[in-house]
Amino acid sequence: MHKFTVGLAQINTRLGVPEANLETHLARIREAKGAGADLLVFPELSLTGYVLQDLAPEVAHRPAPDDPLFAPLLEASRGLDIVVGFVEEGPRHRFYIADAYLAGGEVVHVHRKVYLPTYGLFDEGRFFAWGDEVRAFDTRFGRMGMLICEDFWHASPPYLLWLDGADMLLFTSASPGRGLSAAPQLESARWVEHINRAYASLFTVFVAHANRVGYEDGLHFWGGSTLFDPAGELLAQAPYDEEALIFHEVDLRELHRVRARLPLLRDERTALVQRELARILSQPNRLR
Amino acid sequence: MPSIDLTINTDLARRILTGFIRSEIGRIGLKRAVVGLSGGVDSALSCFLAAEALGPENVLAVRMPYRTSSRESLEHAQMVIDATGVRSLTADITEMVEPYFARFPEMDKRRRGNMMARARMMVLYDQSAAFGGLVVGTSNKTEILLGYSTLYGDSAYAINPIGDLYKTQVWQLSEAVGVPEVIIKKAPTADLWAGQTDEQELGFSYREADRLLYLLVDRRYTPQECVAEGFNEAFVQAVVRRMRRNHFKRLMPPIAKLSNRTIGYDFLYLRDWGT
Repeated sequence: MHKFTVGLAQINTRLGVPEANLETHLARIREAKGAGADLLVFPELSLTGYVLQDLAPEVAHRPAPDDPLFAPLLEASRGLDIVVGFVEEGPRHRFYIADAYLAGGEVVHVHRKVYLPTYGLFDEGRFFAWGDEVRAFDTRFGRMGMLICEDFWHASPPYLLWLDGADMLLFTSASPGRGLSAAPQLESARWVEHINRAYASLFTVFVAHANRVGYEDGLHFWGGSTLFDPAGELLAQAPYDEEALIFHEVDLRELHRVRARLPLLRDERTALVQRELARILSQPNRLR
Repeated sequence: MPSIDLTINTDLARRILTGFIRSEIGRIGLKRAVVGLSGGVDSALSCFLAAEALGPENVLAVRMPYRTSSRESLEHAQMVIDATGVRSLTADITEMVEPYFARFPEMDKRRRGNMMARARMMVLYDQSAAFGGLVVGTSNKTEILLGYSTLYGDSAYAINPIGDLYKTQVWQLSEAVGVPEVIIKKAPTADLWAGQTDEQELGFSYREADRLLYLLVDRRYTPQECVAEGFNEAFVQAVVRRMRRNHFKRLMPPIAKLSNRTIGYDFLYLRDWGT
């Protein structure tokens, strides 16, 4: 399948009420199916809201068919692949910020957020366990990778997914806006758009980013979800600060065309990277 | 001196702040706001933003003069009411506070001023119950950082749209949303006694304080670095001292910890919990 339609569900959420957010998801999924979408990406923690603090264990779920939150989502994933954000409770009761890729009634892949920002206004490390894997996975639209917000503020996770075979990166965020100046965009919005475009260009991959909107206390989530093509061109962008459901067709043959012109993946020196990385890490003072 | 540019994109600020008011009032099932209008620029801006966010019919502006309040303050507040089309009422606080002042004739102007600010808080919270709306705050970032406010007086409110804007930025946004120029241009005053102005009482100008606070707070310069950049040392020390000494006004009062789970320390939920 060379062409398929990606949807970005830029939603607001209710804080700590997964059942209410589930209804929002199911409604958007119905709309997306009606519009002919093949894949619909929801933002980070789309089923729970973002600043959970002590709510984190209370809203945790397991992505399984017998889970009351996931049963209807898995059912809805027949005919339309879905990425949802949730709090995952691990088998030994560690709590993760996670994204699940659901398709055909199955859980295809779960990504646990690797980088938990615990600085400035963020306090994720206090409430969540960090994930310890960055893995690409196969879908009916090719190989993909998922990262959650702070994961892609670091260059290494997208790089690893690229080497692991992902031709499309699915990024999700609940990004609180910050950095008001004379510029028409918040500093945080400008930064995220820059790096999304940069990853698409550097790795010659598709990059979809679903960001949420709304407020939690004084925090404001700015939206502006984007889809970039492997040349780094912006294919689609949702508006800032309002709920939206946007769609755009992805033509996977673009990978062929762009990489024929710009063989960055072909020329990537992975053995060199491995060798040098091993050397650098054997000298621990390099990171200090 | 590093470049200090406090200019903001007013369209963006306006969109975020009106959305904030709409969201934070709406998500608890209300649609109305109450604003105490002093005649000054801060409350004028909060009122304009609330009117834009909720519709003027859903905003109640309350003027609360005391017998010594300037005529001009009342008139400027009326200009805001007329310009926004919000609902309004005037509740003179003289009869609330005078019997108390008579009982304690030794009260100095600071105690009297604080008493008046708290009487106004009582009126606003009562009117918010009658009107079915939340009290929208009018404190800006400069005065919150300097602690230039009355605890449980003008610092009491349900939500504050302008608390992350320095006074200089309040002026800029006020111009953009259409606050009458005479209100923006006049000398800021708490109007707690005749002839009072903020800048005279503080001992420095807001413009200068904003530039310094921006370096100290937003850019994380040390006080020594600010002096090295050219700020007057006594001024820097005065501002830093004010910030530190008044920090208590920015916090909930501490609760002595006894149990395993104590409010304020390890009982952590946002205000928007469940909404």
